[in-house]
Amino acid sequence: MQNEHGYQNFSLGGFNFQRDEYFTHITWETADGRPMSHTMDVGNFLRALMRDVAWGFFYGWVNFDEVIGTVNHYSTVDLYAGSYNGAMKDAKIDRIENFPTDDIRQLFEAMLADWTNAGFDPFAAPQETESPYGPKNGDNMPAITRARELAKRCVGLEGDLPLRTDERGAPVNRAFADVPQDKPELHPEPGFENEVHAFNLFAFLSRSQVTWNPSFTSVVKNSFMCPTSEEHILPIIHGNDRVEWFFQMCDEIHWNCDHKESGEPLARVIMKAGDMAAMPAYCRHQGFSPKRSMLLVWENGSPTLVDDIKSGAAPQVPVQF
Amino acid sequence: MSNHYVTRFGSLQDYEKGRVEPIDDDVKNYAFSNCFEIANNSAPYEKIVFGQNMQYVLETLRAEGDSPWFTCAHDEFALCMDGELEIHLIKLNADKAVQDAEKEGSVLVEGEPEGVKMGWIKMGRGHQAMLPAGSAYQFRSSKPAVIVLQTCKGDLSIERWADICQTT
Repeated sequence: MQNEHGYQNFSLGGFNFQRDEYFTHITWETADGRPMSHTMDVGNFLRALMRDVAWGFFYGWVNFDEVIGTVNHYSTVDLYAGSYNGAMKDAKIDRIENFPTDDIRQLFEAMLADWTNAGFDPFAAPQETESPYGPKNGDNMPAITRARELAKRCVGLEGDLPLRTDERGAPVNRAFADVPQDKPELHPEPGFENEVHAFNLFAFLSRSQVTWNPSFTSVVKNSFMCPTSEEHILPIIHGNDRVEWFFQMCDEIHWNCDHKESGEPLARVIMKAGDMAAMPAYCRHQGFSPKRSMLLVWENGSPTLVDDIKSGAAPQVPVQF
Repeated sequence: MSNHYVTRFGSLQDYEKGRVEPIDDDVKNYAFSNCFEIANNSAPYEKIVFGQNMQYVLETLRAEGDSPWFTCAHDEFALCMDGELEIHLIKLNADKAVQDAEKEGSVLVEGEPEGVKMGWIKMGRGHQAMLPAGSAYQFRSSKPAVIVLQTCKGDLSIERWADICQTT
């Protein structure tokens, strides 16, 4: 059933979601029955929702803002309002519910499909997309159903993730027009054409059509190089359940790092070309990229790490010295 | 007015390091370093760990001259962050390859590499090369260059966290 603005309303457990021309309104009841509400800019909400859906609820916490978000338990997902906001938690006005992953995924996919208007691309930088606002106006299914680009061994190998080209619909982005598009020289002996391999990673990234959406480009066992092009603000505040590493390959990103349970500020991290930094497992972080930049997100995707996290055996800090 | 964007990469000669600005935390927990600074303070082909995630590492190598011949039981990947270099590859004879298939990290080849020439690669800034499992590889660079190596922690990995990371 559509509301007066043409959008569907959605409910999951004790949470209700409505959108109007500018905002998303989330309502819930507290444990003692009090009605509570929260409002987000609908563009920011859809950008966050897009990442949560595309990343399969990611590692750990996906905070849409300081109030709303999800926690991935890798077969179930928590949906919460205020549970990781120190003031709201202390006031006992938060709500958290656990759902089977398929249930929350299906609801989020339906909400994203219905609330994303024609012309608005939640993956695009704000300067590169039309407005999310206004009454219901069509949809943008191609933009919100992009498959993540995941190399199995290395980009460009036969049978693996192909290189990005004009012909494949991946022109060089306006902010990376000066990035060289040259190729490494390959001199394989006969029979080793698919082993003597290299590609231009920076050219590959200069042709990314999305922001804040890592691809896999090379894989060593469960070590995944996940580079991405970043512009404007990371649409979520990512709360780690494991240590996460960032390597800034060009330009700069400024990170706000807060405690993931309370939201209390911990540090700012200013990263410039060549800088490496880890995000400890106890923090949540949000990045600000003044110009489109290249960031290597380096992930440990070991399936046994989930058990280590649950048992408390996984380290909270990257290294002790 | 249209904007003319300039993409800022770093180099051994020209880089600007960022920083951690602590509010209520220990800066050491962010393991903040810079690959150009590390390479400027390293001997050629020292494998300096600057990222560590359980058994996995990212290492910075200063490429200058010819490296020793390395080999590894698993794939590795070399990203050139500055300069130009060549990578020469040999498919090692079975008896010369790493015998333990589970051995992690690269090791030195004993003596001259014996096997079949696979070919070579010439790469510059931003290029990433695969170093296939079971191959012997040698870096060659006439001028200093910087490599970031995706691999596992091994016998040759060097940890100097207190020297490379911001501590205050």
